[in-house]
Amino acid sequence: MLLIRCPYCEEERPELEFRHAGEAHIARPENIADISDEEFAQYFFYRDNPKGMAFERWRHMHGCGRFFNAVRHTVTDKFVMTYKAGEPKPVLEEPQEGQSAP
Amino acid sequence: MTAAGINRIAGKGRLTPANTVRFTFDDKSFTGLAGDTLASALIANNVHLVGRSFKYHRPRGVLSAGAEEPSALVGVRRDAARRAPNIRATVQEIHDGLDAVSQNRWPSLGFDIGAVNDIASPLFSAGFYYKTFMWPKVAWKHFYEPFIRNAAGLGVAPTEIDPDHYASRYVHCDVLVIGGGAAGLAAALAAAETGAQVILCDENAQVGGALRFETEARLDGLGGFDWAEQAAGRLAAMDNVRLLTRTTAFGYYAQNFVGLVERVSDHVAAPDPDLPRERLWQLRARRVIIAAGAIERHMVFANNDRPGIMLASAARMYLNHYGVAVGRSVGVYTANDSAYAAAIDLKKAGVDIPAIVDLRDAPDSGVAEEARALGIRVLTGHAVTGAGGKLRVASMTVEPAKGTAKAEIIPIDALLMSAGWTPSVHMFSQSRGKVAWDEASERFLPGTYAQDCVSVGACNGTDGLEASVAEALAVGETMAKQARPGATTSGVTIRVDGEGKWSGGMSGAAPGSTPGKVIKAFVDYQNDVTAKDIRLAVQEGMHSIEHVKRFTTNGMATDQGKLSNLHGLAIAAEALGRPIPQVGLTTFRPPYTPTTFGAIVNHARGKLFDPVRRTPMHASEEAAGAVFEDVGQWKRAWYYPRSGEDMHAAVNRECKTVREVAGMFDASTLGKIEVVGPDAAQFLDLLYTNPFMKLGVGKLRYGIMCREDGFIYDDGVVARVAEDRFHVTTTTGGAPRVLHHMEDYLQTEFPHLKVWLTSTSEQWAVIAVQGPKAREIVEPFVSGIDLSNEAFPHMSYAEGTVCGVPARVFRMSFTGEAGYEINVPADHGRMVWDAIHERGAPMGMCLYGTETMHVLRAEKGYIIVGQDTDGTVTPHDAGLSWAVGKKKTDFVGIRGLKRPDLAADGRRQLVGLKVKDGKTVLEEGAQIVANPHQPVPMKIIGWVSSSYWSENCGQPIALALIDDGFKRMGETLHVPMPDRVIEVEVCDTVFFDKEGGRLHG
Repeated sequence: MLLIRCPYCEEERPELEFRHAGEAHIARPENIADISDEEFAQYFFYRDNPKGMAFERWRHMHGCGRFFNAVRHTVTDKFVMTYKAGEPKPVLEEPQEGQSAP
Repeated sequence: MTAAGINRIAGKGRLTPANTVRFTFDDKSFTGLAGDTLASALIANNVHLVGRSFKYHRPRGVLSAGAEEPSALVGVRRDAARRAPNIRATVQEIHDGLDAVSQNRWPSLGFDIGAVNDIASPLFSAGFYYKTFMWPKVAWKHFYEPFIRNAAGLGVAPTEIDPDHYASRYVHCDVLVIGGGAAGLAAALAAAETGAQVILCDENAQVGGALRFETEARLDGLGGFDWAEQAAGRLAAMDNVRLLTRTTAFGYYAQNFVGLVERVSDHVAAPDPDLPRERLWQLRARRVIIAAGAIERHMVFANNDRPGIMLASAARMYLNHYGVAVGRSVGVYTANDSAYAAAIDLKKAGVDIPAIVDLRDAPDSGVAEEARALGIRVLTGHAVTGAGGKLRVASMTVEPAKGTAKAEIIPIDALLMSAGWTPSVHMFSQSRGKVAWDEASERFLPGTYAQDCVSVGACNGTDGLEASVAEALAVGETMAKQARPGATTSGVTIRVDGEGKWSGGMSGAAPGSTPGKVIKAFVDYQNDVTAKDIRLAVQEGMHSIEHVKRFTTNGMATDQGKLSNLHGLAIAAEALGRPIPQVGLTTFRPPYTPTTFGAIVNHARGKLFDPVRRTPMHASEEAAGAVFEDVGQWKRAWYYPRSGEDMHAAVNRECKTVREVAGMFDASTLGKIEVVGPDAAQFLDLLYTNPFMKLGVGKLRYGIMCREDGFIYDDGVVARVAEDRFHVTTTTGGAPRVLHHMEDYLQTEFPHLKVWLTSTSEQWAVIAVQGPKAREIVEPFVSGIDLSNEAFPHMSYAEGTVCGVPARVFRMSFTGEAGYEINVPADHGRMVWDAIHERGAPMGMCLYGTETMHVLRAEKGYIIVGQDTDGTVTPHDAGLSWAVGKKKTDFVGIRGLKRPDLAADGRRQLVGLKVKDGKTVLEEGAQIVANPHQPVPMKIIGWVSSSYWSENCGQPIALALIDDGFKRMGETLHVPMPDRVIEVEVCDTVFFDKEGGRLHG
């Protein structure tokens, strides 16, 4: 079971308290009624499927109830960081894969 | 010889001869000693034949002395319900009354009809499933599959419900040490002495690991096992240490989350009924030290599976720990030094060792000389190329490894083998660490770590006891200090004098089982995979080890290839002409050893599997004779049969009564959300397709909620309680997801809106009173609300009191009748329900359940989201265009609804169906076609979403989603059923009171 740090509660809690909520940093167009089919498809249907850093939305469903964003590495399944909704998308370098034994 | 078996050697082993234990195997009674495993007790009684193999039904014996055992699998019976199959005889401890049976044989273990498979084995070569049984198709069902199912397989699953209980614990620690051998104990001591919280687990009944069988080493001046016991005692006495024996770390998950399963009572003769059978530990460790040791490999040669042939270390364990000689005349076949020690220990205990056959030309550590000095014949550069005997090994065929000298047949009654030691990297691999091939020692070792763990000792490829202990001490202290700030220096030292010799080894097929020979040299005992099968897989084009594995099933049995993986890999690599690391190693996955469903499921069964939700009025409904149905976790009153009524009669009566007099219905399960704040109306305007800005205080509106794609997501009635306060209802099943959906938009898309959302589903009990007499029935209980039609018309809302408690009253209807939904605080629900019932019943009012509710709403064409919609239905498709605000510039779904396909003609639309014969009730889900005479597969143009007998209409009614349905009014369509075709006519969705006048009555 993963441990996830809720940026609002400021502590790590078990995965069971959380719910995944899809890709992060996809804003609903303000003029949504007027966008083209192509723009709507990009907004609603198309999603990244990266090998590496994935930006995701999570909700601390059975905790504070807040939505927040997380960066998770899809190969190691490790959470690189979590941050509050509305904060800018962080610029990150690929982390080293694993570490050596001490 | 003692009473506990003719192979028991006086003065050897650590069990107490006086502590005898009676047990049965295949209904024959035996005596063993307390502390014996079933395997050691059977071997003590000279029983080596314990089972038949999976595919060929070959006689099989005990191969190992531990968790890696692939062959000696038995059934253990405690009573009718407690029958555990596939228990490893090497793990099961005996107790008085233990009742074990052999498996996969008929009529008896000694004479087994299924052994014909061994002769017919060309039928069952690798990949036989994919090749042999392709044709003819019909034969698969009637011949091949029943035959294979009968012939293959191991134990039989119990048929009764498991009466045992299983405990579950969550625990945290600074350092978890997996494995209680020399390295694990040393690491745990070093970590514990820093003050860190330490948990040490070991799968065996005692700690010690290899110290249980090896005799050379002395630690701190003590014999190895004595030291281990002392170390365990020292650890157990520390407050910051938890020592768990009989506890297997079976799964290593993300972020140092490790699953342990502890065998609590399987080894106890008459367990306290309060004791669980097993205890699951779900553990989170800051640091993990893996000290899992190494597993000895067998030799791959012809008939290497005959009972009596076993791993050298196992024989040594049986002798030195259990005091059991595995035979009287024991041959040894090795490519490794450690097997010599087994021969020497047995020789010293008085067992004849006819020969040690060493595949190596010149073992360099002096072990051969040592053996020779004891008078043991040592044949270096030789191979065992076959084993004689059937139910028990009787001889070994020895040939020079190279050259063509004549073979010698040496009589024996047991044969020990060792191809070397495989570091147990299972837990490391499960932690997502990447193993690396070590060319020098020809083995896979922990390479790149993915988690905060370190391997020590034999599983890390550290050779030698002194080096392992030194490594473990250093790592133990380091990990403790990393895990626990403020941990002190531990200063533990352990003096190691003398140690066994472990070097040498080989992998792959031994001479004599090389290509071209028609022999059975087993690589994987449990799945009956031979060296030939692996070569065949390569020959047939499997070039990746993952493909070879699946084609041959090598390593896919419950032992997960603990003995076989490296051999299989080496044989595949040789056949491919590629080095082993290029062929790759398969990934290890949990569980490390078979883990019971009981331990995993634990308390989550029966009543504790899923919570049951009951409404506040449940007890009254039960008293009134309600039959309940499950709706999600809710128990909902389904119908209220009276004496002599079946469901059909009860529902017909309830339906008539509601329309003629009145009925009362428990609607408490409706989802309810309180939407509050200055921007609440604007928020709802964005979340629903309907306009909400102008909804007046005290008014209700039916709302439809879409997702951005334009499809219906939920519906419900919304009341405006105040300018800044709404009482929103959702479908029963939709409450949590609707709140989640609302929170999502509020928090992330519309955070500028000042709105607060609260779930109130369980705070309000909801009593619906519907029908012509509804007002007359409820009026006397209501204060503060003028219920007259003029003051409180259809779709109105008011607050007042009902039966003296504060109430929110909705004038609304899901039946088509005039009626009220009375919301009162949940704790008062039953009182109000009872009061209304007491008054209403003598006036002719009935209680009605969900079935009647469904029929009545279908008579009116009211949809149920999820029944009449399936996630591809727009409000327009459902005939609810009126509910989509035409002037709105934004709402969730506004753009989706404009997508070309959603705006196109001919979409699947919700219509009514009348059955032409006037009496057949269609099956919900039935498919609809235009022309029933077209060839199969027919073109499906829709399906029946709701279908009931309507007593009020005197005919069956149905709702259906049909292509271009709105334009098909009056058309005849067909519903093909297995026995006939039913003719239907398309109509509109309102079957009863089309004008809707009754709502306003």
